[in-house]
Amino acid sequence: MEKLLTVENLTVDFVTDEGTVHAVRDISFDVFPGEILGIVGESGSGKSVSMYSVMGLLRETAAIDCRTLRFDGEDINPCSYPDKKAYAGKMQEICGKSMAMVFQDPMTFLNPTMRIGKQLCEPILNHTNLSPKEARERALELMRLVGIPSPETRIDQYPFEFSGGMRQRIIIAIALANDPKLIIADEPTTALDVTVQAQVLDLIRDESRRLGSSVILITHDLGVVASLCDRINIMYGGKILESGTDEEIFYQPNHPYTKGLLSCICNPENDDAQLQPIPGSPPDLLQPPVGCPFVDRCEHAMKVCKLYMPEHTELSSTHRSACWLNELAGRGEHRD
Amino acid sequence: MTDTAKILLEVKDLKMHFPVNKSLFSKKQFVKAVDGVSFEIREGETLGLVGESGCGKSSLGRTVVKMYEPTSGEILFDGKDVTSLRGAELKQFRKDAQLIFQDPYASLDPRMTVGEIIKEPMVIHGLYASDAEREQRVVELLQIVGLKPDHIRRYPHEFSGGQRQRISIARTLALEPKFIVCDEPISALDVSIQAQIINLLKKIQQETGIAYLFVAHDLSVVKHISNRIAVMYLGHIVEIGSSNDIYCSPKHPYSIALLSAVPIPDSVEGKRKVRIPLHGEVPSPLNPPEGCPFCTRCPHADDRCRKERPQLHEVAGRQVACFKVTE
Repeated sequence: MEKLLTVENLTVDFVTDEGTVHAVRDISFDVFPGEILGIVGESGSGKSVSMYSVMGLLRETAAIDCRTLRFDGEDINPCSYPDKKAYAGKMQEICGKSMAMVFQDPMTFLNPTMRIGKQLCEPILNHTNLSPKEARERALELMRLVGIPSPETRIDQYPFEFSGGMRQRIIIAIALANDPKLIIADEPTTALDVTVQAQVLDLIRDESRRLGSSVILITHDLGVVASLCDRINIMYGGKILESGTDEEIFYQPNHPYTKGLLSCICNPENDDAQLQPIPGSPPDLLQPPVGCPFVDRCEHAMKVCKLYMPEHTELSSTHRSACWLNELAGRGEHRD
Repeated sequence: MTDTAKILLEVKDLKMHFPVNKSLFSKKQFVKAVDGVSFEIREGETLGLVGESGCGKSSLGRTVVKMYEPTSGEILFDGKDVTSLRGAELKQFRKDAQLIFQDPYASLDPRMTVGEIIKEPMVIHGLYASDAEREQRVVELLQIVGLKPDHIRRYPHEFSGGQRQRISIARTLALEPKFIVCDEPISALDVSIQAQIINLLKKIQQETGIAYLFVAHDLSVVKHISNRIAVMYLGHIVEIGSSNDIYCSPKHPYSIALLSAVPIPDSVEGKRKVRIPLHGEVPSPLNPPEGCPFCTRCPHADDRCRKERPQLHEVAGRQVACFKVTE
């Protein structure tokens, strides 16, 4: 199948007063048309930063290095543009049109001094030839689509007059304005209550199906991922440790971190089991470990894990995991 | 924990109304954060308190430890009415009932060392004869919560979120309380750290028999840690019962909708789960509905629900506040 987004060897560094933070370290992944890809990780695992750099939102602040970054047949790799202006121009063309983002915090994303209607019309007017009047019609249609009651009166209101869930619907409406091919949703429901979260997730799923667009869902909540995603990438310490279909990740997890993550969440359906927390805390990305980032917390850690990062092993055509245990098993050796 | 354990905390018709001044001349209005709530907690038991943001669960947690002066109602702790306590008796209550806050970044003084933070409550309550003994106790507490004794001279900023939450747990344990209100103690933490804190809280309970009121919006965590669960909506408890009853067969229409929205971390079950959507928004606690608090969004609401307020009554082993639920 034709890939919609290809990311190869993406590295993102931030230079700070305390040193260089290696937020994303050499990750590669693809997104296929029409699928929902979940990116799961704890805070500081680099899941948001990797997506922000794909969208070109970090071009002023971060040092991005990447071998290939292709979206919908076009090269959007910042490294292949000689000057920043050409790259910014290219991203301006794509962002908000064929690639759109849903942010985490609906309070800070919307401009409090602008009416909802104006904020909704902005991406429409920027990317199409519609007249302001037609754009307003389109905005009303979008508000109806995301389930906002009486849009004719709501369109002239300010963000503070909307509840959190309603604001998140507006943000989704803005993202959907130009029928995007890829929607990147960064923790879209973390700030919301469970009942509202369920509504917003349903909305994202239904709209992406209707438009046939792909979704990248960034979250730390495995429950959210399970109910929505077709494929899942597990990120930790700036690296992708495991990727696979939803069933492979939940039923045949391979990487010790994925296994640990699954055994330390409460599953309400089966909670007689004692929670097995992962000891320790995530690595400091100012001085990331040279080997596997999970080595300090892993119960299977070996000498080789400390020194070298394992390659991804293919477990099936869709399932890949980066762990030395697989390498050894493949060679018929075992550490015991 | 058994049903025969002594009742430690009994709350009767508790109300906590906060005044809001819209303007100088308009009628004074009140946010009815807690509006007539009754429940009890036995020794060594964990009662989970769930609800959406703004339902009054944190206000209730803070009111029962008397951080706020309740508007009306009774809070009986160990048989004594806490609302009228003064002087030495109040100080004793302050020692017995403690609170763990949500945000471990805001609840620790950045200018005090970990040792000073944990020692402060002991100094205030005059526990232990000498400073050396207190220091000894701090070291013990640090070990109980899984920190190292040499952390005692460090400052909070040197610790991660999970470790800070361990420090605030050590601080609450310093006074050997009988009852702790845990106000969303894990919602600011990462998933892999959450499990560490939950297991720590459970271990402490098994060893000391402390009772918890565990306030949280994450229902799967509440189910895991609680013996009983109370579901709150707009300042009222709409259903209360054993955690299995509430979780597996909720009766109140709001509990049913709330639980159907909980995502299950399983790729097959999670996608199969049928959600019961809730329409509309939570009414303003400034002006709650006259009858059942849930009547504006309830699919079964009729005229009686809109006029009369249902009280908690016993149904199938738990208590439900709904006219429509009879068996």
